[in-house]
Amino acid sequence: MMYIAYFFLILGAFFYAIGGLGVYRMPDVYNRSQAGTKATTLGTLALLIGIAIINPSWIPKLLIIVVFIAITNPIGSSVLVRSAYLKGAKQYEGTNIDELKEYYNKEDANHETN
Amino acid sequence: MKKNISSFLIIWITWILLTGININELIVGFIVSALLSYVISNLIDYEFSFNSIPKIIKFLVVYIPVFLFELIKANLDVAYRVLSPSMPINPGFVRIPTKIKSEYGRLTLANSITLTPGTLTVDVSEDSVYIHWIDVKGNNNEDYQKNVSASFEKILGGIFN
Amino acid sequence: MINTLVFLLIGIGVFFAFLRLVIGPSSFDRVLSLDIINIIVTGTLVFVGFIFNNELYLDIAIVYAILSFIETVVFARYLEGSI
Repeated sequence: MMYIAYFFLILGAFFYAIGGLGVYRMPDVYNRSQAGTKATTLGTLALLIGIAIINPSWIPKLLIIVVFIAITNPIGSSVLVRSAYLKGAKQYEGTNIDELKEYYNKEDANHETN
Repeated sequence: MKKNISSFLIIWITWILLTGININELIVGFIVSALLSYVISNLIDYEFSFNSIPKIIKFLVVYIPVFLFELIKANLDVAYRVLSPSMPINPGFVRIPTKIKSEYGRLTLANSITLTPGTLTVDVSEDSVYIHWIDVKGNNNEDYQKNVSASFEKILGGIFN
Repeated sequence: MINTLVFLLIGIGVFFAFLRLVIGPSSFDRVLSLDIINIIVTGTLVFVGFIFNNELYLDIAIVYAILSFIETVVFARYLEGSI
């Protein structure tokens, strides 16, 4: 049982390392956000599962932390990427499709006619 | 009244999870959550009824395993992209049409899309979700929808009307 | 042994995220890497509590997670210009 817990602990720390490395290596803010958010969410999940196996009396509080992070982490990165897009943060040269631009242009036009 | 009871249940369960089962804590938690739910009941717009119990069970039994599987797949994908020396990416911003009407349903769909392989929600409107996709596959919006959110759309459509 | 390995891997993650915090070309990169570091610190607090066998660290981790979420949203709104 101990070995399963240690496996989860190392898995979580490994995904934290992947998250940091992804934030460093990816070319623009959108891709960085993708790598960071996913890797740290699963990293926290795995680390807390490992601790819950060793220490079962902590499960309620760990459950609160996991649920809170799984709900708020995607919302935070989504808000950040949206404001980066609205402020025109630099995009990677290979970005080839942009359907979001039409949506914001349409919204602006609606805003002015009203 | 329904709103009061729903928020009371959520606050009281959170209190119990934080403090543990103990008769003193249960009484104090009951009083505090009753007062708090009375104060915030004007600010919220969700409510439970007995009809929503099977929906919650379906959420826990059907949605959570699919979500965890997709989360693990997404992380293997991210690890492959980050660790490979040449960075195989082909990003783009695309529109995913959705039929889910309820706001909490669209919130859950957006969060699920963010945590599944290679996609990140940027904005949500009345009938569609705008995403940043790290590796665009397909030619039109129906293709995108099939590749990204078809399984979640089916499950969440049954849960959140 | 295991604890050293876990802390080493966490350190690698925080180091590269901090590098992006220092060199990041735009403010959004900096706020993003701060967000990533916050989540990593939340997990590390729980792990430290497990090593010292002290349940108080869990409460600190909960409050830290709430504050880090609010910080990210407020920074994003401020940079967008809508506060």
